[in-house]
Amino acid sequence: MSAEKPRSFQEIILRLQAYWGAQGCAVLQPYDMEVGAGTFHPATTLRSLGTQPWAAAYVQPSRRPTDGRYGENPNRLQHYYQYQVLIKPSPPDLQDLYLGSLAAIGIDMGLHDIRFVEDDWESPTLGAWGLGWEVWCDGMEVSQFTYFQQVGGHDCTPVSGELTYGLERLAMYVLGVDHVMDMPYNDPQTPIALSYGDVFRQTEGEYSRWNFDVANTDTLLKHFEDAEAECEAILDQPYDDPKTGKRIVMVHPAYDQCIKASHLFNLLDARGVISVTERQAYIGRVRALAKKCADAFVLTEAGGYVG
Amino acid sequence: MPDLLIELFSEEIPARMQARARADLQKLITDGLVEGGLTYASAAAFSTPRRLALTVEGLNDESPTLREERKGPRVDAPDKAIEGFLRATGLTREQLDVRDEKKGQVYFASIEKPGRPAAQIVAEVLEKTIRNFPWPKSMRWGAGSLRWVRPLHTILCILSREDGAEIVPLNIDGITAGDTTQGHRFMAAGEIRVTGFDDYAAKLKRAKVIIDQAERAETIWHDATNMAFAQGLEVVEDKGLLTEVAGLVEWPVVLMGEIGDDFLNLPPEVLQTSMKEHQKFFSVSDPKTGKILKFVTVANRETTDNGATILAGNQKVLAARLSDAKFFWENDLRVATSDTDQWVRALDNVTFHNKLGTQAARIDRIAALAAEIAPAVGAEADLAAQAARFAKADLSSEMVYEFPELQGLMGRYYAQAAGMDDAIAAAAQDHYAPLGPSDDVPTAPVSVAVALADKLDLLTGFWAIDEKPTGSKDPFALRRAALGVIRIALENGLRLKLDRFVDAQLLRHKAKLVEDVNEAEVLDLLEEIAARGVFGAAFNTLRERLDGDASNGLQAIGAELPDKSVNLLSFFHDRLKVYLRDQGLKHDVIDACLAMPGNDDLTLVVARARALAEVLATEDGENLVQGFKRANNILTQAQEKDGVEYSYGADPKFAEADEEKALFAALETSKPAIDAALEAEDFAAAMSGMAALRPAVDAFFEAVQVNADSDVLRRNRLNLLNMIREACLGVADLTRIEG
Repeated sequence: MSAEKPRSFQEIILRLQAYWGAQGCAVLQPYDMEVGAGTFHPATTLRSLGTQPWAAAYVQPSRRPTDGRYGENPNRLQHYYQYQVLIKPSPPDLQDLYLGSLAAIGIDMGLHDIRFVEDDWESPTLGAWGLGWEVWCDGMEVSQFTYFQQVGGHDCTPVSGELTYGLERLAMYVLGVDHVMDMPYNDPQTPIALSYGDVFRQTEGEYSRWNFDVANTDTLLKHFEDAEAECEAILDQPYDDPKTGKRIVMVHPAYDQCIKASHLFNLLDARGVISVTERQAYIGRVRALAKKCADAFVLTEAGGYVG
Repeated sequence: MPDLLIELFSEEIPARMQARARADLQKLITDGLVEGGLTYASAAAFSTPRRLALTVEGLNDESPTLREERKGPRVDAPDKAIEGFLRATGLTREQLDVRDEKKGQVYFASIEKPGRPAAQIVAEVLEKTIRNFPWPKSMRWGAGSLRWVRPLHTILCILSREDGAEIVPLNIDGITAGDTTQGHRFMAAGEIRVTGFDDYAAKLKRAKVIIDQAERAETIWHDATNMAFAQGLEVVEDKGLLTEVAGLVEWPVVLMGEIGDDFLNLPPEVLQTSMKEHQKFFSVSDPKTGKILKFVTVANRETTDNGATILAGNQKVLAARLSDAKFFWENDLRVATSDTDQWVRALDNVTFHNKLGTQAARIDRIAALAAEIAPAVGAEADLAAQAARFAKADLSSEMVYEFPELQGLMGRYYAQAAGMDDAIAAAAQDHYAPLGPSDDVPTAPVSVAVALADKLDLLTGFWAIDEKPTGSKDPFALRRAALGVIRIALENGLRLKLDRFVDAQLLRHKAKLVEDVNEAEVLDLLEEIAARGVFGAAFNTLRERLDGDASNGLQAIGAELPDKSVNLLSFFHDRLKVYLRDQGLKHDVIDACLAMPGNDDLTLVVARARALAEVLATEDGENLVQGFKRANNILTQAQEKDGVEYSYGADPKFAEADEEKALFAALETSKPAIDAALEAEDFAAAMSGMAALRPAVDAFFEAVQVNADSDVLRRNRLNLLNMIREACLGVADLTRIEG
């Protein structure tokens, strides 16, 4: 582990990958769908269910349409990256492992004040909750640390330990940058040095405009309903496949539709067409899908089902 | 006499839970020890973010041996009976004693319950305590099933005597109790072996952990105030924050930093709230100007650069936070100075309660009511309505969205920025008051009108949908709202006819809740109420008039409203009784006054009650009540017996006895004086006028027999008693006075 300061956003990501890989995590790739947070990746949501041991780490691009600021706000983005670690059962030294990861990305453990400050986590859309902390480094929140207690309405036994790093914020802190768009994406010494802004400023503007003003709400609404219907239709299929004669519970395809519905809801929210009372109803509909997926997952092999 | 030391070492315990956890740990363990037969001299509990500790001193070595003697069957009893006794006592026949009793020889068993060593009892009690600890929220971790607030790592549990420490044998879900703990996570990692509490506290201190939360708080406060004082500044006191911060660190290091010139013009409340809520910083102000200039943060460690990196990081985070606050403040000011209506319009999309509609609808109702209340509290109706319309506008502001606790206060700043009337700005801030029993009530007329309208709208709304407080359930703080109305009325000496406002607002609510009502009718009705007051009888007349052409909806409302109105008024009366009882007024005195007409005017009720309590405290007053009761009893009995009412007035010309004549004379002087005083609402004068009747009444009962043989005399005397009764009942319903 290099004690030297990292020089770019990507170096921080690479160091985290190397660190958690060395700790025995499977280093996965991002999920190929729009999600609001790394938790939605099936490697977290679904794999935290059931009894099978699991250890995974990955970067997850995350989208929060309402946070778009046209690339002008120093800290807010509608598209950003989370680094996610999930280990089941949570190892007894998870706090120390986590602190090791901070050292790995160049935070000098002798000079900083690291704290674990109470922050209980709850995801109403996933029907999930856990207890833990937000981790502060000199007063700044650099990660979320959660022991999952329930997901999709199921008790987590064993309990998974989840770590979520907000990569841009953490990297800005480590690199000493005040505006996210000024942050070096690759090594600033290379011939073609790129900043975060070079990569993302334009897209932030484009998506902000689309999210807030242009996205066709009728279409989004229809897609939401389609995704909801498809999710339920998939799970309603008999578990035994008539063609192959094998037991195939199609949890992941169904869960994809749940993720889709969740993101469509976020887009509708950003368009400002969902009233306060409707909000709860939409969240409830997504939660119902998540719960059905969780119910089905524990009936699969990965979910610990023994046929 | 061993001492017990327990430490439960875990991952970070939320600061807000620590005080309660210390108390629970101490109580559960010491109660358990006592229940197990041990006594102790003293106990104390401590906490840091990573540990809960308890020391119990002067414990017994073991619980006492208990002896019990049990009488058995006679020696010559059948074998079966004797065997049964042996089974029950667990003894053999040889172990039994034989004693001579009157009826012959009898077996006696002496059973000994040996004492148990302290360690065994401690182990049981600690295990039970850990497994049943009342954390507000607890969790599981790893593959285990044990629950704790956060993962529990080690248990230290020792009994120490002069000759050394004994580890209490205990294993809970794989955690074996030992005699070791850990020092500070970053400054002194590693295992520490301890032999007793003093050793534990001293070794921890060397390992950069102050175990005593009070000592940490003292250190923080001492260092922070010294640091501020050295620069001619002072730390803004905040005991809650101090306790919280002391619960976040094991080794407090106080650092003072700059807020940054860019932010010094933000309202001080915004600076303070932002620093406290998000960063747990103390505010440091200039005592001369009161302006907040710096902050104090408390780190959990020392560093080689004396905290320079930590302070720089914290300062940077604060700057980012305050940039947000400044951004909100500037955006809000732009709206405030151009178009505050946009805030009010936005409340159209905010649901207040699913049955009671949006915030905007609520504001409309409050504005209408505030205008009606205004004349009664010395405010201008238009201004009151305007103030009510603006009072909740700040709920749409960005600042209040971010910091809900600044509602009202921001309204005041924004009203000032908008150049609104000072009365409107004051009402925006003060209309929520009083929030607690020690909170000041608003006194400015416009603030009073809006504050009353706000609370009355809340109460009538929930009465209209039948969601009254029950038992300990009062989710919408309706008791607090009612007490607010009471205190605003009393402390400002307001003469308010509550009934009228309650009726009007109930009608406004109901008109929205019931289908098939047309607005014009409701407006008509509201005008009628404004002109004539109370529902009750007046409303019934009105309904009769409307009958036939009134809509079904309105008729349905009419059938329901009077009851709700009466019920809400009695809720006010109940709260008033509680409030006055706390001030030493007895419930029967209040009841006697509540039974009088005009009881929706709380100031009047209280003035009457205070005067009554005062007169009852005098000998004359007390005796007069006795005289009144006697008169009342005699009259009631006579009326029941004769089946007539004696209320025709007595004639002095039939008076025979001197005392009787004197009573007539006394009444003749007193009655007009009492009536005049009542007319002028001078209850003290009315009461003393009434009390002045006492000698004449006493003398009358002493000398005169009411039930005289002569029917004329008797009837006249009963009518005379009625005059006394009427005179008294005009002042207060004395039948309700106890004793």
